[in-house]
Amino acid sequence: MPELHFPWIEVSILVPLLGAIWIHFMGQRENLLRHAIVICAITFVLTVGELIDFVIIGAFEAHDHWLFLDWLFDRDIFVVDELSAFQLPLAALIFLVTIMSTLRTKTPRFSLKLALVSESLLLATFSCRTSWTLVALLAASTIPPYLELRQRGRCTRIYTLHMGLFVALMVSGWAWLSRVDATSSAALIPGALLTAAALLRSGIAPFHLWIADLFEKGTFGTAILFTTPLVGAYAVMRLVLPIAPSWALQSIAILSLVTAVYAGGMALVQREARRMFCYILLSQSSLVLVGLELVTPIGLTGALCLWLSVGLSLTGFGITLRSIESRISRISLADYHGLYRQMPIFSGFFLLTGLASIGFPATVGFVGMELLIEGAVDVYPLVGTMVVIAAALNGIAVLWAYFRIFTGRHNPTLIPMHARLSENVAVLILSLLILGGGLVPQPGVASRYHAAKELTRQRQGNPMTEDADHSPDHAPAHVEVSTSALPATNIVTPLANKRLASSKAKDPTQ
Amino acid sequence: MNLTDTAFQFFGTVVVASPAMLLAILGLSALLNRPLSEANISRLTQVAVLFTMVPGIIILALMLIVDTRYVPVELGDWVTIPEQEFHFNLKFVFDRLSIPFLLLSCVLCGVVGAFTRRYLHREEGYGRFFLYYAMFFCGMVTSSLAGTIETLFVGWEMVGLSSALLVAYFHERKNPVRNGQRVWSVYRLADAAFLIAAITMHSMTGEGDLGGLMSSGVWPEGVAAISSQQALLVGTLLLIAAAGKSALFPFSGWLPRAMEGPTPSSAIFYGALSVHLGAYLLLRVSPILEASLLLQMMVITLGLVSAGCGALMSRVQNDVKVSLAYASLTQVGIIVVEIGLGLRYLALIHIIGHACLRTMQLLRAPTLLRDYNELENAIGMRLPEGSSPWTRYLPVSLQGWFYRFGFERGFMDIALDQWVVRPFMSLFRWCDRMEHRTTDWLSRDQSRESDKIELHPESTGRAA
Repeated sequence: MPELHFPWIEVSILVPLLGAIWIHFMGQRENLLRHAIVICAITFVLTVGELIDFVIIGAFEAHDHWLFLDWLFDRDIFVVDELSAFQLPLAALIFLVTIMSTLRTKTPRFSLKLALVSESLLLATFSCRTSWTLVALLAASTIPPYLELRQRGRCTRIYTLHMGLFVALMVSGWAWLSRVDATSSAALIPGALLTAAALLRSGIAPFHLWIADLFEKGTFGTAILFTTPLVGAYAVMRLVLPIAPSWALQSIAILSLVTAVYAGGMALVQREARRMFCYILLSQSSLVLVGLELVTPIGLTGALCLWLSVGLSLTGFGITLRSIESRISRISLADYHGLYRQMPIFSGFFLLTGLASIGFPATVGFVGMELLIEGAVDVYPLVGTMVVIAAALNGIAVLWAYFRIFTGRHNPTLIPMHARLSENVAVLILSLLILGGGLVPQPGVASRYHAAKELTRQRQGNPMTEDADHSPDHAPAHVEVSTSALPATNIVTPLANKRLASSKAKDPTQ
Repeated sequence: MNLTDTAFQFFGTVVVASPAMLLAILGLSALLNRPLSEANISRLTQVAVLFTMVPGIIILALMLIVDTRYVPVELGDWVTIPEQEFHFNLKFVFDRLSIPFLLLSCVLCGVVGAFTRRYLHREEGYGRFFLYYAMFFCGMVTSSLAGTIETLFVGWEMVGLSSALLVAYFHERKNPVRNGQRVWSVYRLADAAFLIAAITMHSMTGEGDLGGLMSSGVWPEGVAAISSQQALLVGTLLLIAAAGKSALFPFSGWLPRAMEGPTPSSAIFYGALSVHLGAYLLLRVSPILEASLLLQMMVITLGLVSAGCGALMSRVQNDVKVSLAYASLTQVGIIVVEIGLGLRYLALIHIIGHACLRTMQLLRAPTLLRDYNELENAIGMRLPEGSSPWTRYLPVSLQGWFYRFGFERGFMDIALDQWVVRPFMSLFRWCDRMEHRTTDWLSRDQSRESDKIELHPESTGRAA
């Protein structure tokens, strides 16, 4: 396997872990937050370095040059590949901007130590191939939020119940799968257990209650950090996609789709901003799963693009809400707050991130959403329609929240409401990425398509997946279509006939 | 590429890039919280409009000189996956439909921009208005010149967002904001229909290119490259999209609400450009409409119903802007009928004439009321009103019913609220209650801390 030029993976995992120990020994100090920001910034730089190095190598996967932990783990456990290369800097960025946008007054409530441990676990998870180590990391990453809930004296029953079930399903599924031939029908039941675990972690309805509960009872920062990297989608990608048959995946796609529409509708009836955000996040993350489970190259590419855009935009959306909450406490959506005059930057950023999350043109989410819908329509036209409806509901919710928070009669406050320097920097970084990714989407799309192709290739290696019709290099000979929603004519034509002429301008004068 | 083609490419690129540059400058200054002065904003807007209009006129002149009716300007693939033959092609087209609409947009945006410079002088939201205005202008230019259905959708979305935000421009008051939300909600549903139509077209033909959807000739010639049944499906979706955007029946309820915005934006959006965008879309895809007789009948019926409702409603409003908005709807309805009948040039001329007239009427509306008051003060009584000839032929009971129908704005909002919004919200509120109960049961306690939050914590003056 090709090697990176530096042990980026292990160093980027160890830095936040050592940072957490450092902060633990520092105790309660004034400049604690600054230290945490520096640690997160170093981690982010390392993950970006890892990505650049990986791109320069040009391989599908690579591992570290020198290994510190080879006495502890198998050499090929921690690798960076096409699927995770972009997820790692995204995860590090989510932690960086979340900690950057934390007010110093909030550090007693929001545990920086646990946040850094979570970051370390998350980076290890995203660098980990399918193995017991991945299962252990996924299980371990559920502990920091639990500890925080305990520290805050909140009821942990809902969280514990769901996450306990998640861990139990995952461990039993993986243990079972390890004992059978993954390419035979014996893998169906452990596959189902792993799928259930991944869906539970993703918050697919009706197993979504824990997410809303975490947003209710945890700190907003922890809830954002635990949900926006879409670890559940990663679990689906690593544990489920390589072994699940197409019919099973498409059934799960329907479940995800129902969740997307349901959560989109639920976002509109919430009377508090955190809950509204939680449901928008659920809806969007479910759309990512829809794309993953369609397993067509276009749909997968759309899902992987949307994954990045959801991570970026909803983190931005979340930290904006959190910054407002830091100043005025929990935000009711039952009335108008009129904060525009005091928070012009936040209002613009709120709108930008909210619109990016729903795939507004010229933002990072647009192309991902287009590809996802295209991929969905190729398989089931009705699925594409439902994706569009979910996005429309989210769009209505975003502007509704914007109006409720930033418009209305202005109330003078004694608290300084303007964005601080670190918040401004966080906002600016995310804005540049959201707009840059929206205006120049091709590099990202090309890389994600590569990853989608590889994912499809992995599935084709398993006869259980029955995926020959979705070869990345070959158009499907025929796509089954539910004709109930369509006229009798064959709407879905073979992909091979598509768009041959669309890039060539016709010369109608001839 | 010869000299003429190079000139077309250059000027075409300038036409498209100029509004985008304006939006980028105003957007970045807002995002970085570095507000520009009123004079600079206004100057930038005027320059951008000029740099869009003048190259547009040059292209028109060149087209007349070299005797061509179709100039494609390709900016390449924005996104492409060659192996899957997926292309998101940025293509703009100058033809006999797009050039008049582009020049109309430039003229009206320029006029209204100049008017607004005085109208909103020293308003707190001056910069915000022009930012949204730039987005609208960019969206209009993109929509007018779009050569592919996706590019048209990009412009369409930008117009929608800027419209909603400008309706809510006076955002210290609740009503404009509520109405802005209403406009946005209708637009989102219309956009959803549009997007589904676009993707369905892709699936049917493998084409996003609007030219490719018409198997031969350029606008207004051309025959749809899809079957009658396919045309019915796609055309119906596009008709829903157009109805939402142009406030046709049954979506007319948002039109009077949109008048809550400042007069210049009301004039440019709901008197002139935005309200005609749906009609423009139907004109652009008119070969598809003609591929299905049933679809044509639907278009004509929708236009007739909208025109009739608009005529009734405009006569009984007690607000001059709302009355003019419904008068606009009447004309748009007639334009849609013309499109349904295949009278494409007539519809285009009707759009241009009506847009110019209605813009002037709306800009004049605030001062007209003052003139009326002065006249009434001078003669010491109300101005005499002419009676309608209808009153002689219609029975009184029917007159009353028509009056009620018009005054209640066709009961459209009430119907939408009662039959769509309320059931939808009730269903999800019920789901929310069920979730609440479930989490309470699982927690064995009150699970929602958000139930106890203050309504206005920001007004207490204390830190969180």
